[in-house]
Amino acid sequence: MVSVGNHPNINLMAYSEVTKVDGYVGNFTVTVRKKASYVDTEKCTGCGVCQDKCPKKVIDQAYEAGLGYRKAIYKSFAQAVPKYPVLDRENCTFFQKGTCKACEKFCEANAIDFKQEDKYMTFQVGNIILATGFDPFDARRIPQYGYGRLANVFTSMEFERLSSAGGPTGGKIVLRDGVTVPQSVGIVHCVGSRDKHYNNYCSSICCMQSLKFAHLVKEKTGATVYNFYMDIRAVFKDYDEFYQRVLEEGTLFVRGRVAEVTDAARLPGEEGKLIIQAEDTLIGKQRRIPVDMVILSAGLEPRRDAKEVGKLFGISCSAAGWYIERHPKLDPVATMTDGVLIAGCAQGPKDIPASVAQGAAAAARVAGKIQQKEIAIEPIRASIDKDRCSACRICNNQCPFKAINYIEATAEHRAYSEVNSALCQGCGTCVAACPSGAISGTVFSSQQILAQIGGLMLLNVDGNGHGARVEEKLEMVPA
Amino acid sequence: MAEQFEPLVIGFTCNWCSYRAADSAGSGRLKYPPNIRLIRLMCSGRIDTTFVLKAFANGADAVLISGCHPGDCHYVEQNYKAQSRFLLMRRMLAQMGIEPQRLQLLWASAAEGTIFAAEVTRMVEEIRALGPLQWKTDGYVPSSVVGHPSGLQEVHA
Amino acid sequence: MSGKPKFAMYWAAACGGCEIAVLNTNEKILDVDANFDVVFWPVAMDAKYKDVEAMEDKSILLTLFNGAIRNDENEHIAHLLRKKSQILVAFGACATQGGIPGLANLSNTKSMIDTAFHTISTDNPDGITPQTTYKMPEGDITIPTIYPAVKSLNQVVPVDYFMPGCPPESHQIAAVIDLVIQVLQGKAQLPLTGAVIGAGNSSVCEECTRTRNEKKIKQFTRIQDFKPDPNLCLLEQGILCCGSATRSGCGAVCPKAAVPCVGCYGATEDSPDQGARLLNAVASVIDSRDPAEIEKILDGIPDPAGMFYRFGMAGSLLRASKAAWKE
Repeated sequence: MVSVGNHPNINLMAYSEVTKVDGYVGNFTVTVRKKASYVDTEKCTGCGVCQDKCPKKVIDQAYEAGLGYRKAIYKSFAQAVPKYPVLDRENCTFFQKGTCKACEKFCEANAIDFKQEDKYMTFQVGNIILATGFDPFDARRIPQYGYGRLANVFTSMEFERLSSAGGPTGGKIVLRDGVTVPQSVGIVHCVGSRDKHYNNYCSSICCMQSLKFAHLVKEKTGATVYNFYMDIRAVFKDYDEFYQRVLEEGTLFVRGRVAEVTDAARLPGEEGKLIIQAEDTLIGKQRRIPVDMVILSAGLEPRRDAKEVGKLFGISCSAAGWYIERHPKLDPVATMTDGVLIAGCAQGPKDIPASVAQGAAAAARVAGKIQQKEIAIEPIRASIDKDRCSACRICNNQCPFKAINYIEATAEHRAYSEVNSALCQGCGTCVAACPSGAISGTVFSSQQILAQIGGLMLLNVDGNGHGARVEEKLEMVPA
Repeated sequence: MAEQFEPLVIGFTCNWCSYRAADSAGSGRLKYPPNIRLIRLMCSGRIDTTFVLKAFANGADAVLISGCHPGDCHYVEQNYKAQSRFLLMRRMLAQMGIEPQRLQLLWASAAEGTIFAAEVTRMVEEIRALGPLQWKTDGYVPSSVVGHPSGLQEVHA
Repeated sequence: MSGKPKFAMYWAAACGGCEIAVLNTNEKILDVDANFDVVFWPVAMDAKYKDVEAMEDKSILLTLFNGAIRNDENEHIAHLLRKKSQILVAFGACATQGGIPGLANLSNTKSMIDTAFHTISTDNPDGITPQTTYKMPEGDITIPTIYPAVKSLNQVVPVDYFMPGCPPESHQIAAVIDLVIQVLQGKAQLPLTGAVIGAGNSSVCEECTRTRNEKKIKQFTRIQDFKPDPNLCLLEQGILCCGSATRSGCGAVCPKAAVPCVGCYGATEDSPDQGARLLNAVASVIDSRDPAEIEKILDGIPDPAGMFYRFGMAGSLLRASKAAWKE
């Protein structure tokens, strides 16, 4: 991260979002809104005094998964790149009540600027890579698992913070009271994944993640650990070996989807515990297993705004909401829009090695394009015959890629519409829509398709093998 | 015993979703009737009324237009154009005496091979019950107006 | 008997408008007379079929054939004139693509005859229905048999040139007459056979002076229901103008007079089916994604077949409705 922050060829813009994309591969014009952080990055040294002096504590929902605090002016963590803090306007005493300004008082570099405004910048770029990641599945959507209601039900993100040495408990695995070390822990796989009621897909990382949690709990607390799974997906290099290790460490595996996590004790030994009820399918019995702590391995979901962001860049999402790759096997980082690539979880759930591989692939693609200086485009394109176009403009709003331009009349020529072949993706909608037939589409021209239709019925017209009753003369394509 | 009527259905599928659905039905060895003959277009938005009319005029008993689910079009929103054309086409064809069931619209994503196979099977049976269309054109199939040779070599006054 | 090249003009299932359009060329008609020997033109001279039969094959240089093929007499004369002519021009919308008579293909001949002879507005107290054959003491007399479906001229004989329009505009007719005279004088060449003459290469929009923008239609309406902006494209305002799918050449006279184009100049170049193109275009500019809303908008087009195929039904891909073939 630091080398990225320092690299002379990389313009790292944090706290920013893209608002507009125009143009096409090799010639994109991207408008970026750099949101006001109220810190002047030209002056700020990253010393951190403002954070120390800020009196307003806020629960950190993002980085600390709601388990720790930050200040109203904050950096996510000490080693964050860039090093400049951000002032959270909604929680800042000055913006909400008009008083305080402690950060400004104590900043020796005079870097606090309460009057700062959003800045809009435009860049010319040749290629775009979207690595916008995922949103975690909200475990509250499964009320029978008790998250948000039963104190000692944790999500995977929360557990990550608990087990991190830099986290709110300094790496100690403790219950919600912050003190008690659990004696038994249940880890639930497939929370919100492989589930028709929520997301039907597999989130890819949760099995390995759950094994990691089991291992960490064992190592740090020696507690009894139960993993409730449907399948153990440990497919990549050294993954299965790690599963075997976790088995050897004594973690107990119950094959069954968890039905319920409850604190309603029914049987002896369940008082004061969280009871996980699941069918153990390998022995064919219902089990109620009392534990002190439950960790829900929540799945991955596409970002909430993935569709809008996709529209901005001219790419589309699958039914599940992940960005659609050009080909699931042969071209996973390219999209249907030339010049826009996707990498990582934005394309679908995957773990770190796979994300890194895709990131590297996308970068290599782009580097290759930059080297080549020219691009080859697929020949499936529409084109408008200028002499036949009468500028009715019916095609003008048929193109979602804005590939059709209207050219006003001049002294030299009459008005007409034209297709920009670099932007055109070859869908053929305008070819069909043109009322005068002035638009033709290569590879899927009308003559070709009509010939196919004729050909499909040339021999047996009906499915019973009865011969053709129409003497179709195969036509030469008019010049 | 009379031969059972075998309907002929021409299906227009889009390259990214419904054609792949048909493909995945094939690789999954899912059976569906051979009465349907598929034509691949890049997008359901390419559907031209001319194609549908030509299919009927040449002997098809039914036509299926199939594309990506609304909102999932590979080209963002072109399947909505296919939808509008389909709705207007159906009305026009009804006036010509072609029953509305003979032109159908099916959304199927690339992973929905099972649904594609099931819907095609359902459609073929529906058309079988409806009976053959047997569109008459008196043996004449129009081509574009230009290029109709008449053997005229020279003009003599 | 002059050495002038011979000229003929015939009307099949026609209204006479094409003849009037030729006469509307005003003084140009004198050029016709000066350069041609008019041998057969039922509206203008008294020649008989047997006169045509007696002519040598290919002895008529130029025949303008207007009107659709509705019955066997029309077809018979079409074959006859084809035999006797060097250049046979399908003249006007009816000959080129069936024209208004083609709309009869939406129902069958029986209901057509019933409408003509047996509705309340016809004075037919004895309920007479015309028969093709009638027995007289002197023998049987016949009238031509009506075909179940109207045909265009090129569906019965090979045609050399097509001249669209209902009727073709007089200035276009004048231009064609000039061209043929130039050809006779060796000063010009005839276009390739099969060409469309007397018309342009793009659509009526090119000649229309209204301003055009992107089209997003939420409702279709008619000129009697609403006063359109005189400077804006009619289609954009929800009025179904067929101009965008209709061959240019007429000068866009109708839209200029605030009346939507009805498509009488037929399909544009290389379009086998004018109605299909029009349907595609109209559907593509409907501004809605919701099927229920789209159906409501489409209710504003109560007769799509009649609207899109007003002049081109007989020459279209489907040609006639199923009803046309029912007895």
